Amino acid sequence: MKPVANEKRVELLFEVGCEEIPAGMLPKAEEELRTNIEKLLSAESLSEGVTVETFSAPRRLTAWVRGLLAKQPDVETEVTGPPKSVAYEPVGAPTRAALSFAEKQGVHVSDLYLVQTPKGEYVAAKQIKLGRTAAQILTAILPRSVHDLTWPRSMTWTGLEGARFIRPIRWIVAVLEGKPLKLSVGGIPAGDTTRGHRFLGSSAIRVKSFGGYEKHLHSNGVIVRPAERQEKIDRELAAHAKRSGLDIHEDAALRKLVIYLNEFPTVIQGDFDPAFLNLPDEILVIVMRDHQKYFAVEKKNGDLAPHFLAVINVAGDSKGIIRAGHERVLRARFADAQFFWTSDQKCRLADYLPKLERITYESRLGSFRDKVERVRAISRWLTEQWFNLGMLQAHVAEADRAAELAKCDLATEMVREFPELQGIVGGLYARAQGEPVEVADAVYDHYRPVGLDDPIPRNLTGCAVALADKLDSVVGCFAVGVVPTGSSDPYALRRAALGIVKIILDKKLPLSISLSIGAAAKALVTLKPKRGVTPAQEAQILEFILDRAKYVFREREGFGYDEVSAVFRAGADDLVDAQKRLVALKAIRKSKNFEPLAVSFKRIRKILEKANIPAKDGHHVNPDLFESPAERELYSAVRDAATKVQALKRAGKYQEALVVIAGLRKAVDQFFDGVMVMAENEAVRNNRLALLAELLREFTTVADFSEIGGEERR
Amino acid sequence: MKVKVKLEKRQRGLNFQDLILQLSQFWVKQGCVLQQPYDVEVGAGTMHPETFLRVLGPNPYRVGYVQPSRRPADGRYGENPNRLYKHSQFQVILKPSPVDVQDLYLKSLGAIGIHLKEHDIRFEEDNWESPTLGAWGIGWQVLLDGLEITQFTYFQQSGGIDLDPISVELTYGLERICAFLQGVESVYDLRWSADKTYGDIRLMEEQQFSEYSFDRSDAAAIRAEFELHEKQAKELLNGFKTAEGKDRVRWPILAAYDHCLKCSHLFNLMDARGVISTTERAALMARVRTIACRTAAAYLEQLTSATPRREVRA
Repeated sequence: MKPVANEKRVELLFEVGCEEIPAGMLPKAEEELRTNIEKLLSAESLSEGVTVETFSAPRRLTAWVRGLLAKQPDVETEVTGPPKSVAYEPVGAPTRAALSFAEKQGVHVSDLYLVQTPKGEYVAAKQIKLGRTAAQILTAILPRSVHDLTWPRSMTWTGLEGARFIRPIRWIVAVLEGKPLKLSVGGIPAGDTTRGHRFLGSSAIRVKSFGGYEKHLHSNGVIVRPAERQEKIDRELAAHAKRSGLDIHEDAALRKLVIYLNEFPTVIQGDFDPAFLNLPDEILVIVMRDHQKYFAVEKKNGDLAPHFLAVINVAGDSKGIIRAGHERVLRARFADAQFFWTSDQKCRLADYLPKLERITYESRLGSFRDKVERVRAISRWLTEQWFNLGMLQAHVAEADRAAELAKCDLATEMVREFPELQGIVGGLYARAQGEPVEVADAVYDHYRPVGLDDPIPRNLTGCAVALADKLDSVVGCFAVGVVPTGSSDPYALRRAALGIVKIILDKKLPLSISLSIGAAAKALVTLKPKRGVTPAQEAQILEFILDRAKYVFREREGFGYDEVSAVFRAGADDLVDAQKRLVALKAIRKSKNFEPLAVSFKRIRKILEKANIPAKDGHHVNPDLFESPAERELYSAVRDAATKVQALKRAGKYQEALVVIAGLRKAVDQFFDGVMVMAENEAVRNNRLALLAELLREFTTVADFSEIGGEERR
Repeated sequence: MKVKVKLEKRQRGLNFQDLILQLSQFWVKQGCVLQQPYDVEVGAGTMHPETFLRVLGPNPYRVGYVQPSRRPADGRYGENPNRLYKHSQFQVILKPSPVDVQDLYLKSLGAIGIHLKEHDIRFEEDNWESPTLGAWGIGWQVLLDGLEITQFTYFQQSGGIDLDPISVELTYGLERICAFLQGVESVYDLRWSADKTYGDIRLMEEQQFSEYSFDRSDAAAIRAEFELHEKQAKELLNGFKTAEGKDRVRWPILAAYDHCLKCSHLFNLMDARGVISTTERAALMARVRTIACRTAAAYLEQLTSATPRREVRA
């Protein structure tokens, strides 16, 4: 096959016009439309040299395809027919076979020719498969590229037989090199007419090319490119802030959202009554951000200023009408918050405890009232542990009190109205009502960390409650079979487990994860709902948490895949200890003896596995059975090193311990050079295997070197 | 008298009753039947049979009506300027959904005195769901300079049944829109008519029904009423299964639905009184939903077998 050159390149403009698409979904849709078009073009051999760009705004998804071949390359193929001997009479006249082959191929018999094949000479015919035009192909591809977009929840706007999409499709533009394509998407025929901004532009604008489209839309109130809208928003936000000598209360997610909420974003400033500044900043910011999509502004000292910046979807607000409207709405919202702040505190935070009975955590795990009791028990257990270890900040009574109050705010009006303020509201109420600062802060912080970049609770009491809450969630949910899958994790258990890991590591807490799981399991079986956790489930939970820990060590702390495997294989129940061993391992691994020793350890593990000797099994070594000096030397080196390593390990001096182990390299190498492990004499052989087993047993407790340098090494 | 006329001239925005009249007139011009509020307590205009049942089946329909909506837990004893035990919705159903429905809706805003070009009007994602009715839809809340004024929904299911064709439901929050038009901060300061405020007409009701639903309702009696209404609804729905001929055509499915609405309201009363436990809450909601879904299915079945009107004429 060989393509026939045909180099004319054309440009496509494609737009799907919709009723307002949810802003949060646009960035992904925009990206998906691009990859869909690229893939479909590629499947038609049309992707070479093509640039596909896509853009989105609330009412449109746009694709701009440049450098598209006007026509698929023609493809010439050769079809072989009967052998020459069958196709032609000896005199050269074509036989029936040749005639029917020519007819079948649609060519004249005189156009047949002969080709040489390994089987001899055969008759052949040439076929040219004409490439289809880009227009023909796009007619099929474009509807598909839209149809294949994935949405969290689609709808129909006509009926069961009708099209499905995220919101109703109302117009389609498909123009190839100035000419409209004949196609339809979601039942809407394509044309060359787009629509401008709902209020700023015309509802019928004819377009011929992307350049014209972008220009006309701009003068009709639509900035096509999200990057350009972003630039306009950022510039205007900065200008407003600068004018009043204030800073934007930074919010990256909001900055991104407003790009996709507006076709023609304009920033305006509004004010609010400074009296509302008596409310906590957290509440003011969340009301502005989550409910109204406003940016808060702050003074240089970080205090909020009584202004806000709103991004509106029109060119300006010369009469101040829009500003007045937004100010009015915010005033009502703040008045609500003020009302809740006062009315919620007509009773004390603890008085909300009985009301938690009416709020379900998980149907089989009972209400939040039940959860509170479990979290209290686990918090007490944790702080008692730490207290017994001599940690002076482990306050059992305070942790218990904080756990008791932690969920109370779920029953308050404020949290019912602003769910994202859970924890924070409880902490603020506790503080305002004279609970000890330590307790109030613990309540405030106990949902933390909500991500790897979020800080952990600021005091140990908060860490105890946060750990207890998360442990209870993970253990409880696993016990009733709510186990996260790839796509579904409704109780955010991954985040909870990551939080557990992060708190332990950041706070350097001495804590056995398996014992903690045991404590949570005990709370679950002794308190409501009195549900048992099977040993298999406990093992599953441990693995789940340790998987998160591995992730943190690899992705966040930059340890190698093999390093993490080596250390975890030697045990990671105490994550702080595991972290120390990781640091030691990473440091020692560059030394010259290390990698060769790791190779030897790998070899030893293989030998033992092959001989079916479990590493933990303690066959005793009998020095009398040694036959060569290399054996004796290794034995004494092992004994000598073992004593030192154990002492260093006890002292937590892992790097020094690893240095000692690395020092075994010479003895190990000599052993393998001079000794045949699998000797014929069974007693000698078993003795040598026992020596290797002991070596592995003694020296893989810091890290299992046989894991080092695997293929998965990063 | 003269003074009063002058004052009126300076007042801005439609009176509450004129807002209702303007919206009614606008939608009547669009071919809507102008209906009346349903005479059973409901939590939202969607629960009116003119929405819940009319959206089922294939017959085109356009209707508009005001629906006072009772939400006992939202009562604030008349002390909060924005929250009400009972607020008023103007509800429009357009079945099937017209292609220019957003434009039509925006024109209706023009009809009540909102100059579209002077404001920031947007359609922001907000999907609607009623777990007790087995109903849900996709759509937006319409924001006018940041204020939610309308719920705009393409109904997808009602009573657990997939809808075909799709209806659009527009639910205008009348008090909010009116407060915006008149530029007042408290709902009680709204001018209802030329000389009466919203507070004159409704404050006492807000105070008393808040008092009733939070503090003085008899929880045990309400619970018993719930059981009774559920029982009647079930009996009627069970009876429909075996009813034949003329009986079947006239079988009071609509009465079963009234009992379903009663259950829903009684559930709300119990909820406001704080007497529903966790497990019970979900179970009670499921019980109301079951009746709602069975009613919808029976209604549809009755509709497709024969229409009552034809029977009467014959």
